[in-house]
Amino acid sequence: MRRAGVVALNTFREAVRDRVLYNLVFFALLMMAAAVAVGQISIGIEQTVIVSLGLSAISLIGLLISVFIGVALVSKEMDKRTLHALLANPVRRWEFLLGKFAGLVLTLAVNTAAMALGLLLVMIYVKHSLERSDAVVLVAVYFILLKLALIVALALLFSCFTTPLLAILFTVGFYIVGLYVQELRNLPVEVMSPAMTAFTKGLSYLLPNFENFNVMAMAAHGRAVPGALILQNTVYTVVYCTIVLTAAAAVFSRRNLK
Amino acid sequence: MPGLAIEIENLTKEYPFGFLHLKKKTSLEGLNMQVETGEVFGFIGPNGAGKSTTIKLLMRLIFPTAGSARILGKPISDVEMHRDIGYLPEQPYFYDYLTAAELLDYFARFHDLTAADRKERVERMLKKVGLETARKIQLRKYSKGMLQRVGLAQAILHDPKIVILDEPMSGLDPVGRREVRDIILELKREGKTVMFSTHILSDAEMLCDRVGVIVGGKLRGVGAPGTLVDMKTQGMEILFELRGTSNAPLLSKATRTGDCYRLQVAEEELYAAIDQLRAAGARILSVAQVKATLEEFFTNLVEADGTHTSAVEVSGK
Ligand SMILES: Nc1ncnc2c1ncn2[C@@H]1O[C@H](COP(=O)(O)OP(=O)(O)O)[C@@H](O)[C@H]1O
Ligand SMILES: [Mg+2]
Repeated sequence: MRRAGVVALNTFREAVRDRVLYNLVFFALLMMAAAVAVGQISIGIEQTVIVSLGLSAISLIGLLISVFIGVALVSKEMDKRTLHALLANPVRRWEFLLGKFAGLVLTLAVNTAAMALGLLLVMIYVKHSLERSDAVVLVAVYFILLKLALIVALALLFSCFTTPLLAILFTVGFYIVGLYVQELRNLPVEVMSPAMTAFTKGLSYLLPNFENFNVMAMAAHGRAVPGALILQNTVYTVVYCTIVLTAAAAVFSRRNLK
Repeated sequence: MPGLAIEIENLTKEYPFGFLHLKKKTSLEGLNMQVETGEVFGFIGPNGAGKSTTIKLLMRLIFPTAGSARILGKPISDVEMHRDIGYLPEQPYFYDYLTAAELLDYFARFHDLTAADRKERVERMLKKVGLETARKIQLRKYSKGMLQRVGLAQAILHDPKIVILDEPMSGLDPVGRREVRDIILELKREGKTVMFSTHILSDAEMLCDRVGVIVGGKLRGVGAPGTLVDMKTQGMEILFELRGTSNAPLLSKATRTGDCYRLQVAEEELYAAIDQLRAAGARILSVAQVKATLEEFFTNLVEADGTHTSAVEVSGK
């Protein structure tokens, strides 16, 4: 575990040095522009517009980082052969994998927290105050981070057994399908054979379910998120990530390097 | 009798290729080899012989089709044994966003060292490989030779008992190669076991207690560089000068460079040859024994193998 921590800190350092956090500048500019625009047009809907826009940007930027850097985490080290010297040290392959995962999640946490702070500042700017109910925005940001952790785990898994390009496609595909898992479960049973029903049902439990992570509408209108959902999403993320990372470790531990 | 540092048993690696991976390319075929503790072992063979394959199998970077290996008596699947192993990959490449000092510190963190110990070692290693002045420069700006030095530093950073180096001299200038040789000899003095691969014979001849010769994925011989080849005199070489022409029959067998000739004769024919040459008016410049060298042994093997036509680099200059 300590060794995974060493890998994680180095992964974070790599992200910082590769200027991943520069996206924050883009986010800051976007939010400033939004704040000015909202101030001019609206009466009463500032909160909704700012929160929706801010959360969407946080989610989208996070998604880009987790898919692209998530896939590169291990594949880049295999491709450039930086892994050769690293694995000659007393570190197991799964420890390396876990460290890479944790390092990127740490990066995403820092990045997301900074964006959340920016969003709160803009909310203060347009409303001249913050209420207790605004804490729901933080819950929404937390859910986004959980979702990103799931995506990083998937990206890692795919990158362990296929090319980076395919891994990116798979990850994005899983994400999109994961947004509609509920629909998959609710497909009209009447028109399908029993086998088909069983298949889609099984598939729907295999796929990540991202629907529960979207509380943007609640956040935009300042409605509270139930504590049970927070717990449920947290547990779901931990369990799902554990399973996916275990599978990734199983594949990666048998893989011949270049 | 010294203990065994590395024991390799029937190690085999096949790479599937082609349609449905139905065909197989055998990179290493049933390798049986031992490296004794405290020796410098040279693993020599032309490019593509299977040297890196063997070393990567030992480091568990790739997995064998068959066979097994033990290092210091433990199976190589035991990760903890890497505390006692240093490894320099072939054409090493490291995290280019780190400086040399940061990279060494990063690797040192996988070993149980205190912060002070880590710092001291990193400084000492940078000095040893001559990179103190470049320590604050990111590795992306390093030349190939400098990366090779960083690689050497990280291989010996944690004071390992066994050091495995894949082509440690490649990419280095003559001064750098000399420094690597010195480091290898220093490791030997400290009682470490060193196994290094090379396709440059002079390096192996100069440094190794024993060598293993591998060609086409098969081990062709193991032993001290001297015993591996038949050291019996193969004949005598006479070097002489002859101005003008002569019809001495021996001359047709000699190779000529300007007025100088080189002639190889059997040992028992030496004096007769010298008499004949004197009669022809030649001036003898030197007479020397001809011994088979590792180089010839090697070249013969490679030519016999047929799969490698020109992959032998003899002096590496
Ligand atoms: N990943 C791979 N896939 C297929 N063939 C490989 C692979 N790696 C090495 N080989 C083949 O194995 C043989 C031995 O390679 P190697 O061990 O690198 O030789 P060297 O002695 O020069 O280090 C070569 O013919 C090489 O083409
Ligand atoms: Mg090689």
